[in-house]
Amino acid sequence: MNRMLWFWLVIGWIGFAILPWYQQEYGFWTLEWLYDGYPMYGDYAPAILQTIIHQKFWLLSIAAFLLVPLALVRTGRDHPHYARILISCGLGGLIYLVGQGFFVGISGWGFGWLEAMFGPLDVRQYGLGYGAMFVAASLLVMLCTGLAAAGAMRGDVFVTSAIGTVIALVGLFVFFPVARIFIGSFVDIDGNLSGVAFIRNFLDDSIWGLGCLAGGVCGVAWNTAFLAVLTAVSTTLLGLSFALVVTRTGFRFKKPLRVLTVLPIITPPFVIGLALILLFGRSGAVTQFFADLLGVEAGRWLYGLPGIWLAQTLSFTPISFLVLIGVVEGVSPSMEEASQTLRAGRWKTFVNVSLPLMRPGLANAFLLAFIESMADFGNPMVLGGNYEVLSTEIFFAIVGAQNDAGRAAVLAMILLFFTLSAFAAQRFWLGKKSYATVSGKADNGAHVGLNPGMRLACYFTAIPWAIFTVVLYGMIFYGSFVKRWGFDNSLTFDNYSDAFGVGWSEHGIVWAGAAWDSFWTTLNISAIAAPLTAAVGLTTAYLLVRQNFRGKSAFEFGTMLSFAIPGTVIGVSYILAFNVPPFELTGTGVILVICFIFRNMPVGVRGGIAAMSQLDKSLDEASLTLGANSFTTFRRVILPLLRPAIVAALVYSFVRAITSVSAVIFLVSADHNMATSYIIGLVENGRYGVAIAYCSVLILVMLTAILVVNGLIGQRRLRREDRVEATPDKTATGNLREKHS
Amino acid sequence: MKLKTRAGSVVFDNVTKTYGQGAVTAIDNVSFTINLGELVTLLGPSGCGKTTTLRMIAGLEHATSGRILIGGKDVTQLPATDRDVSMVFQSYALFPHMSVAENVAYGLSVTGVAKAEAREKAEEGLNLVGLGGYGSRLPSELSGGQQQRVAVARALVLEPEVLLLDEPLSNLDAKLRRHVRTEIRDLQQKLGLTAVYVTHDQEEALAVSDRIIVMNRAVIAQQGTPRELYEQPQSEFIADFIGDANLVDGEIISIDGNHARVDIGGAQCNLRHRGQAKGPVRVAVRPDAVQLTGLAVIAGDVHVIETSLKGHITHAAYLGSQMQYSVATPIGELFVIDHRIDTPIIAGEEVAIGFSERGMAVVSAE
Repeated sequence: MNRMLWFWLVIGWIGFAILPWYQQEYGFWTLEWLYDGYPMYGDYAPAILQTIIHQKFWLLSIAAFLLVPLALVRTGRDHPHYARILISCGLGGLIYLVGQGFFVGISGWGFGWLEAMFGPLDVRQYGLGYGAMFVAASLLVMLCTGLAAAGAMRGDVFVTSAIGTVIALVGLFVFFPVARIFIGSFVDIDGNLSGVAFIRNFLDDSIWGLGCLAGGVCGVAWNTAFLAVLTAVSTTLLGLSFALVVTRTGFRFKKPLRVLTVLPIITPPFVIGLALILLFGRSGAVTQFFADLLGVEAGRWLYGLPGIWLAQTLSFTPISFLVLIGVVEGVSPSMEEASQTLRAGRWKTFVNVSLPLMRPGLANAFLLAFIESMADFGNPMVLGGNYEVLSTEIFFAIVGAQNDAGRAAVLAMILLFFTLSAFAAQRFWLGKKSYATVSGKADNGAHVGLNPGMRLACYFTAIPWAIFTVVLYGMIFYGSFVKRWGFDNSLTFDNYSDAFGVGWSEHGIVWAGAAWDSFWTTLNISAIAAPLTAAVGLTTAYLLVRQNFRGKSAFEFGTMLSFAIPGTVIGVSYILAFNVPPFELTGTGVILVICFIFRNMPVGVRGGIAAMSQLDKSLDEASLTLGANSFTTFRRVILPLLRPAIVAALVYSFVRAITSVSAVIFLVSADHNMATSYIIGLVENGRYGVAIAYCSVLILVMLTAILVVNGLIGQRRLRREDRVEATPDKTATGNLREKHS
Repeated sequence: MKLKTRAGSVVFDNVTKTYGQGAVTAIDNVSFTINLGELVTLLGPSGCGKTTTLRMIAGLEHATSGRILIGGKDVTQLPATDRDVSMVFQSYALFPHMSVAENVAYGLSVTGVAKAEAREKAEEGLNLVGLGGYGSRLPSELSGGQQQRVAVARALVLEPEVLLLDEPLSNLDAKLRRHVRTEIRDLQQKLGLTAVYVTHDQEEALAVSDRIIVMNRAVIAQQGTPRELYEQPQSEFIADFIGDANLVDGEIISIDGNHARVDIGGAQCNLRHRGQAKGPVRVAVRPDAVQLTGLAVIAGDVHVIETSLKGHITHAAYLGSQMQYSVATPIGELFVIDHRIDTPIIAGEEVAIGFSERGMAVVSAE
C-alpha cells in the first residue's frame, strides 16, 4: 500500500520539477516545447524553475505540500500522524493549487479587489498544464490515502481514491461549468456583475411573452415547453403502440420492428430534418407532386412547429419504444392471468390491470421524451424557421450578431431549469412509484394478447409510422446520389467525391475530399473518448452498486445529472468555464474529449449498474474473504464478468460522440472540426447533397462498428448464458443488450 | 493429504451491530466463544442475526461496538481481505469465468503464492473433496453438488483459522443435502477445523454440530449441544423451534431437589423445574410424548402416565411412517405424532390422553 503512495509522490514531483507547469500554445503532444526553450523559457518551464526564474514565487509553496509527506516514507503507516499529515497536505495543496490559479490570471490579479489591495501585478499565468495536472492528481491520491487511513471506507485506499477521483472530475467538469453559467447569467454585456442585467435578460418579453394567445408570437420558453409536451405525448403514444405490437400480438415482422430502436443511436441528429426537407420542403418530392397535381403553390409549412414536431417525433419514438418494451414486458404475466381467471376479459384486463401497472413506465417515457425534445438542437436548427426554441436561441446568442454571453447564460439557466425539473420528477417522484414486477423469480405464463380493437388501433398507428421511417432513411441514401434535389434529379457520385474524394500523386494517397479532415478528427476524438467514458462510467457504477458510503445518493444524483443537462447548455457552460485560466481548454481537442466523457458517462453508469446488479454480490465477497483486496477483486472478478457491458459502453460512447452536435458546435475549432458541425455548415450553405452524403457515410461507419462488436458479443453469449445461474433474472440482461446494440 | 490446519478459536465479546444510525439492531450485545476444532452452528429463523454474525466473523460486516477475536487476535477493525478465515457461500460464488482449478487457486494467487505451488495445492484441495481431475472444467459444467464441493475446496486450500459456511446446502435437493452434510462433517473432523455453520434448518443443525447457538431477534436464545437443546429447551421459542412442541399451561405443585411435580390439566408429571418457582408455568410437550388411547382400546404402556384428561380427534392424517393427529382437549389443541400406524384412530373419536415425561420440559414463558 505504501508503494502506491510512493508512486504518487513521484508523480507529483515529476509534475512539479520536470513537466511544463503551464499549457503550451501548440499542445503538449506535439512535443514542440521540448526543443524550443525547455526548460528555461517561461511558457515551458516546470514549476520549480518558474519560481526561481520567472518570479512565480507563490508556486514554491506547492513544493511544501509535496515535501512534508516525504517524512512518512520511512515510517509508513506507523507514523503517529500518518493520516493527518496526508489529509492536510492533500487537501491544503489542492485548495492552494486551484486558488492560486484563480487569484493570478492572464492579466495579473484575477479579481479587482486583489489589485486594489496589493497594487497591480505584472506577472501573468496561463492555463494549468500537464505539470499542474500531475501535481493535482498526486495531491488528490494523497488526500484519499489519508482519508482511508483515518478510517474512511474501512481503510480501503482503492475505493476511497476512486470515489475521490470521480467526485473531483464531476465537480470540475459538470458542477463547475454549471456554476459558471449561473454566475454568467448575472453578467451584463460589458462584463460586469449586475443583478439588473439578469433581471432584464430574464424578464425579456422574447422569453416569457404570451403574444401567441392573442394571435402573435409567444416567448421562446413557452415555445420550447409547448413543443416538448407535444413531442412527449406523440412519442409516448407511438412508442406504446409499437411496444404493444411487438410484445402482445402475433405480428410477423417483429424483428425488423425492433431494429428501429437502433436507428436513433446511429443517426446524426439533423438527418431526419434533412430527409423531411427532401420530402416535404418547398422542392421536396411530395410537395412537388401535390403542387403539380392540385396546381397550388408549394407551401413552407414544414419550417416551424409542425416540421420540428414531426422530426422530433420521428427521432424520439424509437427511444420511447425501447423504454416501453421493457415496461410492457415488465408487467408480470401472472397478474394478467390472475385477472383473466377472475373473469375479466382482455379489454378489462388491459385497462384495469396492465395499464395501471405500466403507468409509471409511461410517465418515465414521457419525461424522457420531454427532456430529449428540450435538449434537441439539430432538428430545430434545420427546420426551425421562425419558431424559436431555447437550444437554438442559446446558440445564436453566442455565435450570432448579438454575441451576448449574459443572455445565453440566462436562456441556458431556463432550459436547465426545465430539464432538471423533469429529471428530478423522474427520479424522486417516479422512483418510488415503480411497480417493477421483475422479481428475479422465474415467472411462467404468457402475456395476454390484445383485444381485436386495440390490436387494430396499434397496427394502424405503428405500421404506417414504421414504413414512413423506413422511407425517410431510404430518402437519405437516395438523396445522396441526386445532383440537386428538386431541380436536377439526375443521379451522380459528385456528392461523395466532393466530400470523400481520394487522389494519387507521387507522394502517395491524397485525401482530396473536403470532409476527410473533420472525418478523421471525429473518429480520432471519439475513439479517445470512448474508453475513457467507459472507464469513468463503470468505475462509478461499481461504487454505486458495490460500495456503501455516506452521501451515496447525492453522489449518484451528481453523476447522473449531466444526462439532464442539454448539450447546448454544456457547450455554453464549457465556453464560460474553460476559456480562461486556470482551466484553459477551449480550442483544444481535449475539451471535446472531456465533453464527450461527461455527456455520455451516465449511459456508461447505467449500463454498468444494470450489468453489475446481475452479478451476485457474493462473488465479490468470496474474493475478499479469499484474501484479495478491492482493487484485485475489481480487476480479476468484476471486470472480466462485465466484458459485454464494457464493450457495449465502448461502442455506445463512440457512436454517441460521432453523432453529438449540440455541445460540440460550441467547442469545435479550426484545428479540431467535427463531422456534425461540418455538416451543419454544409446545410447552412444549402449544400444538402454533400451533407446527406456525409451523413450516409457516418451512418454506415457506425452501423459497421455496431455490427462488428455485436458479432463479437454474440459469440460470447454461448458461454455467458450458463453464467447467470446465481441470478435467474434474464430480462434485464436482454434489455441491456438491446439498449446498447 | 498435505493440507495443514491452523485452527483458531472465535470469541465474540459484547458485540452489537446496528444499521442506519441505530435504527435497526441486527446483533444486540452478543457474546460467545467457539473453541478450537469445534463445529458450531448458528441457527435461527430468518432475520435473527445469524448471517450477520457469520459475516462479522468473515469481516464483511463490521461491529458497531464490542470486540471480535480470532485465534486470540483482536480483528474487530480488520477488513475481510486481511482476516485469516474463509467462507463457503450459499450461492457458492464460484467465479464463472475461471476454471475450477483457477477458482480453487484464486485465494493463493492473490495472496502472492507462487504459481506452481498454488496449482499443486489447488489439485490437493480438489482431491480432498473428491474432484481430482475436474480442474480444467468451468463451474457451469459441474452439478450443484460438485460446485458445492469446489467452493469448500477453495475455502480449505487457504488453510484458514476458521471455516465459515453460510447455508451451504440450501441449493441442493433434499437427498443430496443429507449426503453432503455428512461429507462436510467428516472433512471438518478429519482436518480438525474450527467451523461456523449457518442454517435455518434445525434438522441439519442437529445432525452436524458439536454445539448449536440458537439466535432469535438479534440475541442468543440458547446455546448447547444438540441433545441439550432438544431435551432441555429453556424457552417456548427454543422448544418450538428445535423440533415441534405443544406449549401448554401447567402448575408446579411442589418442588423436590431438581424436580417438581407439575400438574397439567389434572395429569401429574415429575419434571425438572429448572429454576421455576411454585405456581403457573408453561410446559413444552413433544408431539410424540403424547399418548392417545382410543377409549375402546386398553393401553398397556408402563411409561405412560395415566391421566383423567380426555379429548377428541379433530384431524387424523396418515403419513406412511406415522400418524398425525390434532386433538381438542381442555388444555388446548394438541399436535400428536403416533408411530402405531396399524391402529389408527379416526377423526371425531374420543380419546384418553397420557404423557411421556421424556419428551416434556418446563420452559420459561416469553
